[in-house]
Amino acid sequence: MHLDKSVRITRDKETLGFVAKVERISGQNLKACYQCGKCSAGCPMAAYMDVLPNQIIRLAQFGFEEELVKSESIWTCVSCLTCNNRCPKGVKIAEVIEAVRQIVLRTRKDHMDVEKLPLGTLRNIPPIALIGSMRKFTS
Amino acid sequence: MKFSYYPGCTLKNHAKNFEDSTLFSLAHLGLEIEELPRWNCCGTVASLAADDLIHQLAPIRNLIRVKEAETTQVVTACSMCFNTLKRANERVRANPTELAQMNDFMYDEETPYEGDVDVYHVLDLVRDKVGFKDVAAKVVNPLGGLKVANYYGCTLVRPKQVAIDDTENPVVLENLVSALGGSPVEFPLKTECCASYRTVDSPNIVADKTYQIINSARSLGAEIIAVSCPLCAFNLDQRQEATLKYHPDFIGLPIVYFSQLMAIAFGCEEKTLQFGLHHFPPKPVLTGKGLI
Repeated sequence: MHLDKSVRITRDKETLGFVAKVERISGQNLKACYQCGKCSAGCPMAAYMDVLPNQIIRLAQFGFEEELVKSESIWTCVSCLTCNNRCPKGVKIAEVIEAVRQIVLRTRKDHMDVEKLPLGTLRNIPPIALIGSMRKFTS
Repeated sequence: MKFSYYPGCTLKNHAKNFEDSTLFSLAHLGLEIEELPRWNCCGTVASLAADDLIHQLAPIRNLIRVKEAETTQVVTACSMCFNTLKRANERVRANPTELAQMNDFMYDEETPYEGDVDVYHVLDLVRDKVGFKDVAAKVVNPLGGLKVANYYGCTLVRPKQVAIDDTENPVVLENLVSALGGSPVEFPLKTECCASYRTVDSPNIVADKTYQIINSARSLGAEIIAVSCPLCAFNLDQRQEATLKYHPDFIGLPIVYFSQLMAIAFGCEEKTLQFGLHHFPPKPVLTGKGLI
């Protein structure tokens, strides 16, 4: 069976609009990234990601909205900022990932339902963890 | 010189051991600190969105409380509080337009914020206001060469603009442990992330990180790990139970706050250390060294 693995890069209004939105919310110039991969190499959460940090930037550069908003990685990243600290081009990768998270959350699509958390979790978890996850996972 | 003290939520419950030992140690060092009469949540995790000022309000309101307490300096022990407060502060200092917008929004506040409060971590004060030489002079119960791996995690050292030390190889905790009579153990994962708030929805990831971090410290001879963040403490200590479930060869180590080591070296009573809040009991290794 022949699988078409070609990727189509478009410059339509919708795609360019998504790129601009990511750049505006993150405050980053996506084109600065030259894909050295240092962000992914040092990422402590990379082992749990479906799309690696450098790949997130690549997808954002070309406006692959669906691939980004549906990725698990945007929720895996905990903004530890190791990538930002090591990027030779000064790109704040964590801010770009936050922008994609925000694009999802601002349409009221929460990633966590606090009411469905088990009672044991609510009892045992310190407030610092609960509030942290609510800030990152809910709108 | 008086400092306002911002405790944050977790130091009032799960991390009471952190608060009690910090207050004891700062008093022993002769630092005058006073808890803010009113404070709110720091925001916990700093908002990274460039277009979203509403999430910067919580930390800035706390800095207004500091001004109302008639001080210009605030100190916090929790590294996550330190991070959010200092980042918001640095952001508004660098962006007068944003600060003006925020002051306009907070029209109910009687005191406007003008970027005129300095945010410190307890370790900043111990290193820069007291100095390790004076710390050593105040030790009454030296740590007896206790081998301590110092775990910084993320929020004390990243981003660079608010880091209390070198971002890749911080040494402030090592220098403190040496001043207290302990032996710091260098280990490569001291600034690795513990998976943070993912402890809520994915304890398995936290278990993996805890396994890696503690094993690294253990393999280099550490007897105990010192931390400065209540979330790191929860993940490295309370999650050792889950870690054992996912990694049956896991052995574990006791986790303490750096302030507990200070309090021990400064001769505190055992009740200040609140060992009842720990999962892996630190007492055996400490009594073994004759420290408590």
